[in-house]
Order: sequence, then structure tokens, then C-alpha cells
Amino acid sequence: MTVILFSLIVLAGSFLAGLVGSLTGLGGGVIIIPMLTLVFGVDIHYAIGASLISVIATSSGAAAAYVKEGISNIRIGMFLEIATTLGAVGGAMMAVYAPTHIIAIIFGFVLIFSAALSLKKKNEIVVYTEGGKIANTLKLNSSYPTAHGEENYAAQNVPGGFIMMIVAGLISGLLGIGSGALKVIAMDHFMKLPFKVSTTTSNFMIGVTAAASAGIYMQRGYINPGLSMPVVLGVISGAFLGSKILVKSESNWLRILFAIIITFLAIQMIYNGITGQI
Amino acid sequence: MKKEIKMSDYDIEAVMGRLLITGVIVSGALILLGGIYYLIQYGFSVPHFKTFRGEPSNLRSVKQIFKGVIHFDSLSIIQMGLLLLIATPVARVIFAVIAFFIEKDFLYVIISLIVLAIIAYSILNVATG
Repeated sequence: MTVILFSLIVLAGSFLAGLVGSLTGLGGGVIIIPMLTLVFGVDIHYAIGASLISVIATSSGAAAAYVKEGISNIRIGMFLEIATTLGAVGGAMMAVYAPTHIIAIIFGFVLIFSAALSLKKKNEIVVYTEGGKIANTLKLNSSYPTAHGEENYAAQNVPGGFIMMIVAGLISGLLGIGSGALKVIAMDHFMKLPFKVSTTTSNFMIGVTAAASAGIYMQRGYINPGLSMPVVLGVISGAFLGSKILVKSESNWLRILFAIIITFLAIQMIYNGITGQI
Repeated sequence: MKKEIKMSDYDIEAVMGRLLITGVIVSGALILLGGIYYLIQYGFSVPHFKTFRGEPSNLRSVKQIFKGVIHFDSLSIIQMGLLLLIATPVARVIFAVIAFFIEKDFLYVIISLIVLAIIAYSILNVATG
């Protein structure tokens, strides 16, 4: 296979990954890394490096759209970024020393977990209007626009959310994915923030988190320009198209289909990891 | 009073959003240009991503990448675009430090600086290496 053919196929694959990742809210990374490693036999370190950069691109690109709605909470985002960037640097350092088959196995399990999570029905959480002492000191309480006007919310269990964010950052740095799902859990499950605030703030944080580990990957030589070029361009354009479609469809069947595909890929990753083929 | 704070927060976010979009477009254009040039140069050779050997040192540090860009090396141009893309969220954090300072929210100036320090720890290796 020549470079030009390889680049075109990866470009097309990444476009699809970016599109579906944006429609389902799971991000492109979970598809790109299995695609590159399982289909093209790319070394997982290279795949992670390329995916990390594409994660930054989609996060930065989508942030501008969210900003207009004025829902994301920059104080919560900035405070929790201390946790995610710490975790991300740690995760990237671990990835440098971890053997490829171990990374593949961990990746597989995280994939299955994300797939299960994406199918789980979102039960509306009770939003509190009174925050704890930490939340008040850190000014984490705010309001957001809803169908019935501005609604106030207050953050609960800040330490729990903070610890969960360290884990999210660690996974992101280790596996090269945005781990947006884990970030949302930290904010809506632990801190009881409104779902919309959680998702938009999480998106804002993903880019900063990924940048914290990308530096380490680049310095270690894991960022390959020839490979990253089609991946990044594909994911950006796919995600852009996805953000235009999202407004119209609910995409429930897509979510189920995506979960099935991811589970299949996950099993393949774990199998290849255990048999040492990756 | 509360309304006022809310408003300036929104302004911060709006500028941040524009900053991010500009970063993505500029770096995307660099990657695309470098990529086309790269495919013209090496399009018909065989890719070698199967085994990890690490990128040559000229694509690992800012100084070396700059040097390559001046010599119009296609891979260096792509790498420059990738580097710029990594820098967009960092620019956002730097901007937040300034914005919180203008708002006189010193607690958040410190929080933003902590985040910046952690990222700097990761990026600095690339900048000085």
C-alpha cells in the first residue's frame, strides 16, 4: 500500500469516526484507535498520539458553538481542569512505559464501559440550589437558561467530583481519548449539576486535558505527522458535519448501533492484547 | 450585581470561543497544506507505522520544527500545524488568567495559573528539547 492510498483510507475512516462520534457524543477517539491498530496494524502509541490531537481539534471546534448558548460553567471547568490535567500528565507518563498489549486490554475494557454507559437511560437528576461550603468558596454555583427561564444550580460533593476527574484525566492521557463520558459522570452523578451544564463544560475541558498529555506524547516522538494529518483533517470535518446534523435528529438507533460496534471492537482489542498481537 | 458578573463571564467565553475557532482553522490549514505537499513528495512510497521507532528528533521540539518549516519540509509544516492545535486550549487557559485578573477574581487567577503550570510541565519539554 502506498502512502497516498493509506492516507485517503485513513482520512475517510476518520471522517466517519468524527461524524458518528459527534452524533453519539462519544467522540472520535474510541473508533479511531481500534481502526488504526486493528485494521491497519499501526502501533498503538502512534494511534494514541494522532487521536489525542484530533480530540483537541474537535473540542476546540465545538466549544465555540456551545459558548453561544452560555451554558458551560467556566469556573467549574477551570477548577476541575486541575484534576484532569494532573491525571492526564500521569496517564501519558504511564503510557510511555506500559507495553502495547496492556494498553490495548485496558482500552478494550474502557470501550465496553463507555458503550454500556451510552445506552443507559439518563434519569433526570435532582438539581440542588444550595451548595456546600467548598462549592460556595469556589463560586461553583450559577444559573443556566432552560425552557422555563434561568434556573439556579449548586454543586454538591466537590471532592468526589474532583477525584473522578483525576481518573478521567488519567484515562484520557493513557488511552488518547477525550473520556468525556467519565467527565460527565463526575459532574452529573457526583456533583449533581444539570446534564446540559455537565456535557458542555465537559467538552470545554476535554481540549485542555488532551493538551496536557499531548506535549508528553510529542516530546516522546509519538506524534507522527504523516499519520496524524489524515486523522485530524478527517475527524475535524466529520465532527463539523455531525454538529450540523445533531440539531435535527434524536439518533437513538445510531447510539445502539454505535454501542454494538464499539463492543465488537473492544472484544477484538482485548483478544489481540491477550494473544500479544498488538 | 449578579447580572453584571454573569454578563462578563459570558463575554470571556465568547472571546475564548473565537480564539479556539481561529486556532483550529489556522492549524487545520497548515496541516492541509503540509499534507498535500507531503503526499506530492512521498505519496508513492510505503508507510511504516507498524512498529514504533519514535519520530526523529527534528519533529519533537519547537526549535527543530521551526527550522524544518523554514526549509519548507512538508512533515515539519504538518507538525507545526499539530503543535498549533495543541496550543489552542493552552491559549484559552492563558486568556482565562488575564480575564479573571480583569474581573479581579484572584482566586480563579490562581486556579488558572495552577492549570497552566501543569500543562507547562508537559509542553515545556517540547519547547526546550
